[in-house]
Amino acid sequence: MSETKTLTCVACPKGCEVTVKYEGNEILDIQGNACPQGADYAREEIIAPTRILPTTVAVKDGALPLVPVKTTKPISLEIIHDAMKIIGKTKVKAPVKIGQVIIENILETGADVVATRDLPKKAG
Amino acid sequence: MLKLKKDVVVIGGGPAGLAAAVKVFDNGVEDVMILERDFELGGILPQCIHNGFGLHHFKEELTGPEYAQRFIDDVEDRDIEVKLDTMVLDVSPDRKVYAMNREDGFLEIEAGAVILAMGCRERTAGAIGIPGTRPAGVLTAGTAQRYTNIEGLLPGKEVVILGSGDIGLIMARRMRLEGADVKAVCEILPYTGGLTRNVVQCLQDYDIPLLLNHTVTRIEGNERLEAVEISEVDENLKPIPGTEERIEADTLLLSVGLIPENELSKKADVVLDDRTGGAIVNEGRETNVEGIFACGNVLHVHDLVDWVTQEAEIAGDWAAKYVKGDMRRSDSKIKINAGKNVSYVIPQNIELEDKDRKRIPLYMRVTTPLTACEIKLSADGEELYSFNEPFAKPGEMLSVPLAQKTLNDLGKIEEITVDIIEKEGE
Amino acid sequence: MSNKKYDIIIVGGGVSGCAVAWKLSRYNLNVLLLEKEPDLASGTTKANTAIIHAGYNADPNKLKGRLNVKGNVEIKQIAKDLSIPFKEIGSLVVGVKGDDLSILDELLEKGKKNKVEGLKIVDKEWLRENEPHLTKDAEAALWAPTAGITTPWEFALAMAENAVANGVEIELETEVLDVLTEDGNVVGVKTNRGNFGANYVINAAGLYADDVARMVGIEKIEIRPRKGEYYIYDKAKDFDVNHVIFPIPTPISKGIVVTRTIENNLLIGPTSDPIDDKTDLSTTPEGLEKVYNGAKKLFPDLTLKDTIRVFAGLRAADKTEDFVIEAADNVHGFINVAGIQSPGLSSATAIADMTLDILEDEGLKLEEKKNVIEKREEPVRFYEMSNEERAKMVEKDKKYGKIICRCETVSYKEILDAIHGPIGARTVNAVKRRTRAGAGRCQGGFCGPRVLEILSEELGIDPTEVKQEETNSQIIEYKIKELLGSKVMDNA
Repeated sequence: MSETKTLTCVACPKGCEVTVKYEGNEILDIQGNACPQGADYAREEIIAPTRILPTTVAVKDGALPLVPVKTTKPISLEIIHDAMKIIGKTKVKAPVKIGQVIIENILETGADVVATRDLPKKAG
Repeated sequence: MLKLKKDVVVIGGGPAGLAAAVKVFDNGVEDVMILERDFELGGILPQCIHNGFGLHHFKEELTGPEYAQRFIDDVEDRDIEVKLDTMVLDVSPDRKVYAMNREDGFLEIEAGAVILAMGCRERTAGAIGIPGTRPAGVLTAGTAQRYTNIEGLLPGKEVVILGSGDIGLIMARRMRLEGADVKAVCEILPYTGGLTRNVVQCLQDYDIPLLLNHTVTRIEGNERLEAVEISEVDENLKPIPGTEERIEADTLLLSVGLIPENELSKKADVVLDDRTGGAIVNEGRETNVEGIFACGNVLHVHDLVDWVTQEAEIAGDWAAKYVKGDMRRSDSKIKINAGKNVSYVIPQNIELEDKDRKRIPLYMRVTTPLTACEIKLSADGEELYSFNEPFAKPGEMLSVPLAQKTLNDLGKIEEITVDIIEKEGE
Repeated sequence: MSNKKYDIIIVGGGVSGCAVAWKLSRYNLNVLLLEKEPDLASGTTKANTAIIHAGYNADPNKLKGRLNVKGNVEIKQIAKDLSIPFKEIGSLVVGVKGDDLSILDELLEKGKKNKVEGLKIVDKEWLRENEPHLTKDAEAALWAPTAGITTPWEFALAMAENAVANGVEIELETEVLDVLTEDGNVVGVKTNRGNFGANYVINAAGLYADDVARMVGIEKIEIRPRKGEYYIYDKAKDFDVNHVIFPIPTPISKGIVVTRTIENNLLIGPTSDPIDDKTDLSTTPEGLEKVYNGAKKLFPDLTLKDTIRVFAGLRAADKTEDFVIEAADNVHGFINVAGIQSPGLSSATAIADMTLDILEDEGLKLEEKKNVIEKREEPVRFYEMSNEERAKMVEKDKKYGKIICRCETVSYKEILDAIHGPIGARTVNAVKRRTRAGAGRCQGGFCGPRVLEILSEELGIDPTEVKQEETNSQIIEYKIKELLGSKVMDNA
């Protein structure tokens, strides 16, 4: 039984409405994309949508109570909330450097969770 | 009172101020100082922890803090003087800057040139006058973002968002990821004010409903927010009786527009444009007050920080030229008009001489979403040239190049008008 | 609670209760003021038109008429002694084309009876010169030069602070649940925080004055709240208004007023709608439209683009439509100061004087204290200082060098002073009332998180306990990560 889904492509700011016909993980047809990137985007969105996860991690003795982090590559949208839970339990000691790995290979995705800014220790 | 003299003073250490200061320095004017009111540089970027920044400027996708860090590093590498936790209270038309902080006390800085880069503020619940009570739990999306991403505090757990500006969309996802229930994003217009990618990645990914043509018509709760009433609106944006729906919520976030923060500019006699809320500038981003420049969201609200950087670099270049005495005005001033479907064009005037430049980028926004449109430039009523664009959205800035050669060929003209027209039958 | 027995307990910390406390503080008496909210002046006193009326409008045969002029005259000295912002900008009742202009003459006559000084009918030309943006249709106006504007909560707080300096005690978040009597005499009150003993109880409970009166069996007071809705404008606006401007009044209302405030914001309102629910402070689309249309009749150039806030206040009107200031006839020691609606703010000190007279009649001995502290030190108001004055302040204390509220130029030191002052601010709105932090165009968008942090630090409470105004008005409900089931932020 084939299904049809219309997606807004975000490969560029143009925002093409791409219609995909698919059955399970098999793509049958892609319409509406202005460029090949749109087809790639649509294919991935149907089979296994992935996202970079930006969030924060608690910091001990930091100038701020949190340091922003992100995954080094997109991870499956399905496991985003599980990743949030693990990151939510994590606490790192200040100082933190930008790019510092906070969690390695989160949920076996091959993506690390890294700091996205420098955070010095609390003054005094 | 501490009295100082600086070639260039940059007010605001956000993305605009940082890029402008670096550019001033790189043009050989090293006596430049940044005044920042927060305890750190970066402006609003440190709280914008999401990715999506830098695709144009750096050709890679960065988060807000990462984007900021690159410019902070640039400032540090050059040893550009920075005063943090410093509030500017006054700027005079003759470029005296009055500021205060705990270390220096009161400061009077005589500046060769001033670059205004104070950014913008959010429209508030009071400004839009939502009927109902005024309980705790009603806050602007940007304030909620600061609490959530910097202070480590989550305003509440049952959230309704009014306005589909980018900060509202980003905060919908942010609060959802942190475990809150985001019940709806209401947008009074028939289209979203944010970027398409944010609608997809912030709302669709998490099944958060985007209710177009809807607004909040009542706030309930005497102490903490208890519920909001939302209603559908008609084509005149008036609520339609009978469409009311009550949603229980402890938090209402507002993402209903940004306002350039020009209180200091006004003190310096800078004339503002009613359409942008920012200064009227020439192509060097110089305001009507000689030697006072403006860039970033204090000039007009941008969609992407990349364009802020670009604009700040223009302002930095010309401020440096001004200080060095290399800025020449031509005998004639060309007025740039926002024509059909165009809400504004930056710059508003062209009046500087520059032999090296190939083109002058004109930045603009449309008043309404358009598809298959024609962008047309005319000089004193005569069409110059036109080109097609597949679409234009009010939420996204357009950049239209005006070739210097075209200007040279034209000779003396009074004004250039940009019209954006939807082509029929397509 | 203390076992101390007070001479007098005042129920309610609005402008009336504070005025009574202030007047009583000059005598050798033990006085306690109880307020159910976390701050004084947070009911009707914080949400009104902030006008000190000249006194021509009130019926000379009513208490309102008799006390208004007295209060108006008195405030000019009090404002100096207690450093209360007050500006005698004068008011105009404006008659436009089509109005019955004879009403202006009637008001003039009434004013004369009430002994209002300086009243005068002014013509078109005068109006054009002195109030240039007023509608071209304005024909004539009653000019009352003695009318003025104040900051009502600061008026109340200043009196309360001076009262505290002179020995009055104040308990906040203390709600009176019952008035205790023995053998027909008041002996104290029961509150949510225990019992407090007293020989006299003054009912200055505003909207709840009928409920408190009923505690001793008085049924005749019936508060029928009337809602007034308002818009407030940014200081940066299209034009200035120089006077308090009224339209020709109707029998029940003075109409939609257009006035500047002390800080030069523009205030328009109020509506006047009877309501049942004493907690209903909601604004309504209809009410706000009425306000805007009413104001636009006087100032056609007015738009809504510079409004920064809408609010509603409730007038605590008694069914008699007059102040009810009298001793109870069924219980000795219980005195009502009820039905204080407009011109209650203007009359506040006169109301207090009358209350003291009643107390004396009821047998209270008023024996003047030696060494009364007459003055309240003027709080530092950075926003109204010149740059030179600011420079001096920062030299004195570097804490003035850190500006917390950028819209209203409020420094860190001012906020600390508000929190640690004689009646310390415990909530974000209490800080706002004392310093103006958050009262500007961004409405606390930027300084809100800073003020919350300072309150949390200075009061030694968790940020999630900081309130906006009322007891259950926490601004922040959770620490981040808490909803993910993590306590990781608790010991950061």
